[in-house]
Amino acid sequence: MRQAELIAQAGKIVDVAGKDAPLTVRGLTVSYGNKPAVFSVDASIPAGSMTAIIGPNGAGKSTFLKGTLGVVPRLSGEVRIFGKPFHEARDRVAYVPQRASVDWDFPARVIDVVLMGLYGSVGLFRMWRARHRQQAMACLDRVGMADFADRQIGQLSGGQQQRVFLARALAQNAEFYLLDEPFAGVDAATERAIVTVLKDLKAEGRTVVCVHHDLSTVNEYFDRVLLINVRRIAEGPVETTFTAEHLQETYGGRLAETHINDLRLA
Amino acid sequence: MSFVDYFISALFLQAGYNSALVAVGAGLLGLSAGSAGAFIFLRKRALVSDAISHATLPGVGLAFMIMVAFGSDGRWLPGLIIGSAISSAIGLILVEWITRKTRLTEDAAIGAVLSVFFGFGIVLLTIIQTMSSGRQAGLENFLLGATAGMLISEATTIAIAGALAAGFVFLLRRPMTLVAFDPEYAATTGVNVRNIDLAMMGLALIVTVIGLKIVGLILIVALLIIPPVTARLWTNQVGKMIGISALVGGVSGYIGAVLSAAEASIPTGPIIVLVAFGFFMISALFSPLRGALASALRHHKFQRRVHRRQGLLALARREPIYDGLTLRILRRSGMIRRDGVATLRGRAASEKASRDEARWAVARRILPDDSAIERYDGLTPIEQMMTSDQIAEIDRMIAEQNGAKA
Repeated sequence: MRQAELIAQAGKIVDVAGKDAPLTVRGLTVSYGNKPAVFSVDASIPAGSMTAIIGPNGAGKSTFLKGTLGVVPRLSGEVRIFGKPFHEARDRVAYVPQRASVDWDFPARVIDVVLMGLYGSVGLFRMWRARHRQQAMACLDRVGMADFADRQIGQLSGGQQQRVFLARALAQNAEFYLLDEPFAGVDAATERAIVTVLKDLKAEGRTVVCVHHDLSTVNEYFDRVLLINVRRIAEGPVETTFTAEHLQETYGGRLAETHINDLRLA
Repeated sequence: MSFVDYFISALFLQAGYNSALVAVGAGLLGLSAGSAGAFIFLRKRALVSDAISHATLPGVGLAFMIMVAFGSDGRWLPGLIIGSAISSAIGLILVEWITRKTRLTEDAAIGAVLSVFFGFGIVLLTIIQTMSSGRQAGLENFLLGATAGMLISEATTIAIAGALAAGFVFLLRRPMTLVAFDPEYAATTGVNVRNIDLAMMGLALIVTVIGLKIVGLILIVALLIIPPVTARLWTNQVGKMIGISALVGGVSGYIGAVLSAAEASIPTGPIIVLVAFGFFMISALFSPLRGALASALRHHKFQRRVHRRQGLLALARREPIYDGLTLRILRRSGMIRRDGVATLRGRAASEKASRDEARWAVARRILPDDSAIERYDGLTPIEQMMTSDQIAEIDRMIAEQNGAKA
């Protein structure tokens, strides 16, 4: 009955993830100037899934993520996080921005950045206690960076910076993790460390969404895909949705046919 | 009393109640400027505060005219401060508006607002000079600051407002840190980035208007920027940086006001700024963390370690060494004789260096995710990076390899 209603309301949308799903997006449109970067995108992410958002450069993947979290203003569309507007479900969400979006010469040590993830629970005004430091250290340990706690963040390699960002998100102890290109330009050890952590999160029943670039690892790392090129091309389980046909549609001529054939597709 | 005598007595607040109060007021102003400036610097918005300060001038002029029109002499400080705050707030809003609503970038908006407001202010001051009523003498002191003839009530107002502004910075330190470092992330955690930015600029505005009398509107930006830049040279932690910045600002304000009390012909603002600059120069040269001297020394030491290591490895491989610096370093540390042949110590050290290289090669293979691999700089002895158990395991594998080869 409820689904029938939704279908009747929204026409083509099938609400597979349910009303209180980690993320339900309807008709999200975000534009910079008068050119839409994301145009009328629908998505619904079920709990406990691991979804890759894929699409060519400039296709609006990061903008989609920022639009859902209200980091950039929405032109239109509706976003529900666990069935609520984002500002009511904020405590259950952790965001990992692109590594290049900040100035790493900022005067902070690794531990200071991770402690930023605890601002929400400690409050913006109270003092740090030993317990908070222990929590932050535990998160650093999960990403293999405990030995770096007192380093200045400017001295880290790109992969290490990415892991510090992930540790900060882990400190938030959220149910829903949204990561913007966590594997971009990182070394192999970092990629292994991040994948392990993300799979652990999924095993704990948490939900993970990553903007992802590397088509060759989609099968190995994720169980769902959302293909975007300004508009939504397709969304669903990797087995049925990560197909040559959809990829051709998403990337157009930019992804040569031979390249598609090399991928382990559904 | 000579200048030096007066300076020393003033420094220890012995030169009279009035000048002591002015010095304390200037110190608290510097404290608030240093702490608020730290965040403005980290958020990379130093130039916006320059626009804010120049935009105060028309407010000063208009407030004076209005007060004269109501029959006062137009010199009442709170009135002038309110006027300057209103006009600089309008300037700030204009910068924001131009940046958001037009395609102009922020630096262009700052340039436009700064020059137009300042020009308008100068025109108003010129008109005021020709007015027959009111006491216009000394109004131009708002440009460069002057503490001579300052009223006790004025100094008290400045001191209290400065202390309040510094306290406000302390309260907002965490959200401001978060917004300065990573505004997108801050937004997702529920921090209202726009409001925090406004608060930050509001603090710059408060510091500017209470600093009008002491530092003047042209140079107040220096008191917002020099202390944090100085502090950044001493620490890599934001909390400490704010503390040091507040201290540098406070001490500069205090010493500058005392100096200017001793020699009243020099405007106060430039003296305070020069004192702050003195702290900056000392820090830029001598700070052990980021100072020029320490950096050069570290680089020099690192270079010598690299040469020594490369020399030892070359000895172990029995390769000839041509680099003059490498030869000098090896000779001076007693690794080789004058004719280039390795000494006993040199042979031992070169064997150790080459053994460690082999150990690291194995370690990279068997422990690719160990943090010691990531932290290794190519020079630190392996014993400081790995446990003896790990090294023993690595040596066992090397022995196995060699055995297999044989």
